[in-house]
Amino acid sequence: MLTFVCRRLLSTIPVMLFIALFVFSLLYLAPGDPAALIAGDQASQTEIDAIRVTLGLDQPFYIRFVGWLGHALRGDLGVSIFSQLPVTTLIGQRLEPTLSLMLLTVIISVCIAVPMGVLAAANQGRWIDRIVMAVAVFGFSVPVFVVGYLLSWVFAIRLDLLPVQGYTPLAEGFAPFLANLILPAIALSCVYIALIARITRTSMIDVLSQDYIRTARAKGLGQGPVLFIHALKNASVPIVTVIGIGIALLIGGAVVTETVFAIPGVGRLVVDAILRRDYPVIQGVVLLFSVAYVLINLAIDLLYTVLDPRVRY
Amino acid sequence: MKLHLLAASLLAASVAFAGAASAESVLRIKPSGDVKALDPMLGSDSMARNYGYMIYDTLFALDADLKIQPQMVEKWTTSDDGKTYSFTLREGLKFSDGAPVTSKDVISSLKRWSVNDSLGQQMMAKGATFAEVDVHTFTLSLSKPWGLVLDALGKAGAPVPFIMPARVADATPPTTPVTDYTGSGPFMFLAKEWVPGAKLAFARNPNYTPRAEPASGLAGGKVAKMDRVEWVIIPDQQTALDALSKREIDINEDVSADLIPLAKEAKGVTVAKQDDIGVAQQIRLNTIQPPFNNLKLREALLYAVNGDDFLAAVISDPSLGKACKSFYTCSSPYHTEAGFPSPDLEKAKKMVAESGYDGTPAVLLDATENTNIHAFVTVADQLLQEIGIKTKVEAMDWATVTSRRASKEPVDAGGWSIFISGPGGLDFLEPVGHLGLRSNCEKAWFGWPCDADIEAMRASFADLTNLDERKALAEKIQLRALETVPYIPIATQYQIRTYRDDLSGLLTPPAPVYWNVERK
Repeated sequence: MLTFVCRRLLSTIPVMLFIALFVFSLLYLAPGDPAALIAGDQASQTEIDAIRVTLGLDQPFYIRFVGWLGHALRGDLGVSIFSQLPVTTLIGQRLEPTLSLMLLTVIISVCIAVPMGVLAAANQGRWIDRIVMAVAVFGFSVPVFVVGYLLSWVFAIRLDLLPVQGYTPLAEGFAPFLANLILPAIALSCVYIALIARITRTSMIDVLSQDYIRTARAKGLGQGPVLFIHALKNASVPIVTVIGIGIALLIGGAVVTETVFAIPGVGRLVVDAILRRDYPVIQGVVLLFSVAYVLINLAIDLLYTVLDPRVRY
Repeated sequence: MKLHLLAASLLAASVAFAGAASAESVLRIKPSGDVKALDPMLGSDSMARNYGYMIYDTLFALDADLKIQPQMVEKWTTSDDGKTYSFTLREGLKFSDGAPVTSKDVISSLKRWSVNDSLGQQMMAKGATFAEVDVHTFTLSLSKPWGLVLDALGKAGAPVPFIMPARVADATPPTTPVTDYTGSGPFMFLAKEWVPGAKLAFARNPNYTPRAEPASGLAGGKVAKMDRVEWVIIPDQQTALDALSKREIDINEDVSADLIPLAKEAKGVTVAKQDDIGVAQQIRLNTIQPPFNNLKLREALLYAVNGDDFLAAVISDPSLGKACKSFYTCSSPYHTEAGFPSPDLEKAKKMVAESGYDGTPAVLLDATENTNIHAFVTVADQLLQEIGIKTKVEAMDWATVTSRRASKEPVDAGGWSIFISGPGGLDFLEPVGHLGLRSNCEKAWFGWPCDADIEAMRASFADLTNLDERKALAEKIQLRALETVPYIPIATQYQIRTYRDDLSGLLTPPAPVYWNVERK
């Protein structure tokens, strides 16, 4: 097991290097000039060129990449071209809102989607199954921002129960923290609920047709223990896989949700950075997302051994 | 029942949180954009300028009637030959760190500012030298008289000559943002609370001494009546409107035109113009590459463009924009419609037919994330086709436009023909600082118009002191520009802000400022 973990962690190094090179190349090739944005609309080309030189943007590709990589290997992701703050500081400021949003979304999604999927599978072909699937299709189809606006209109504007926008750190109290995050998390979880519910249903239908389930029922076990103790555990490998893959979906959705609810998270940070061509920030966030994605996949692989004793590394 | 309990507890928590925060007076503002770099002298970014007015002060400033008034300066004199100015600072001026403001600080700040500002560059080109007389007095000497010294020192268009400590101005090159935010203005920047792209916070500067006169425009007594001002960046306009309706913010600096009817219906919300100067929407033409290196085609566009048609694409309320037929903004003292043709599409078509146009497509740069620009490009595209000019619209973001427009290549080699922009109207008030009329070829704004006559007249404008003479010359410059057509003015469009109607003392200068504001 330890060998597997070490091997997987080592294998992330070339992946990270490739991602870094790929993103750096894309940014280098992409049109746009941060110096022109700093200089403003009225600046002359001479003023813009002077700022480019100061920022080192006049250097050739390989010098900029090697310089950035050298610093990154020492844990220094550089400073933002615009704010002049270290990229690690900027990411640190934005990490808590995004992680909180994603964690709450995962909790809400799993708590709702798994029982929905189990219920649909247990009632396959009946009206409950059809309602669950209709809800899933709805969740897939409606864009996150539409759900966000609707929730905001109902709970924040009409009922005046929750704030429209913003983020309150957990350190300032759990209730205001939750008040700011609950609507965005529900909005973001819609797609996720639909995805997990569908996979849970499919996986459960497959497991429920197995002989050991028939045996469990024959020996007099009730529907609840059969579904949630015998069947769900054995159906959980694909469900856990989808939860892991869905994290990538969440990262994309978080960008939109953070914009609609004005949450100062990593999603907004990277969108702003892209619009301004703040290269060090884009590089830093992409690396962060890549590392997170690799580690989540590793955690899921390890979880397989817990859920299915037949899996060995 | 449990849901109700949860909702009640969340509501109670929100109220308690709001209550805790209300111990000090706080003004929460959604600014019209984000500050890209915290240095107002680095370039012409208007958000950096607005940030600058929060924490820095100026020697002179424009009042509500756009007249230059002394601000940090107590008194000044001009020598009989008009070549030497002597300025004395007000007593008791201090920076936010408590250190006194001295002549040395002012001289260092002005030197740094003059590198990036066109008026500053012109002033230095007149042989400007500064000399420290004593702690509060300094002189500015020129090799020959220049009539725009006070206009330059009191200008409100970015970059503004703000005063910062000499240790900051001297140590930071004019192409690098400052990292020491010690200011001379009514508020202090709270750097530790800064979340770039999300929030900027300011506190009242206890060391600031306002002038005794009442506030007027950007001049007069800058009394910070709120303990704290927060700029909350809300990227979505609908969310900002909702936040204003719920009192989560007090002011939204720039409401998109499509939401203005909704804002007018919101309870307790006032909708008003930010100022009367607005932005100068315009079609910028590449005059050095085909097709618009053909003067006849540029002249045809003068007849084709009807500002009202363009405005109709973005606003439904006519009071939100004005199609002035002038190179000067509608509110400029030099505004004139002399020589400007009335829209005539048939004549434009005829002029295109007679121009010898070779069919080179006009490449229009379309910054699609900007609603205004995208709508204007769409109208311009249709108009060009209608008068017989082939077009090619290229969709991109604004960041790409800013680099693409620097290309002087032909359109089939990555060049461009048209971009649409709306710089602040302050830069279109008079001929010398005029961004669009500059016709000094390589040094002109993108499009690089070239005309020695316009340049000579712009230079001589600065030597005039009589308003009538200046108006006459401004008109002559416009008439000449109608012959060279450096660009096509579309219209003046006003920035609309919304705010809670329990606020009073909001000023309406050409840059949003928050001294003098209090809650009724």
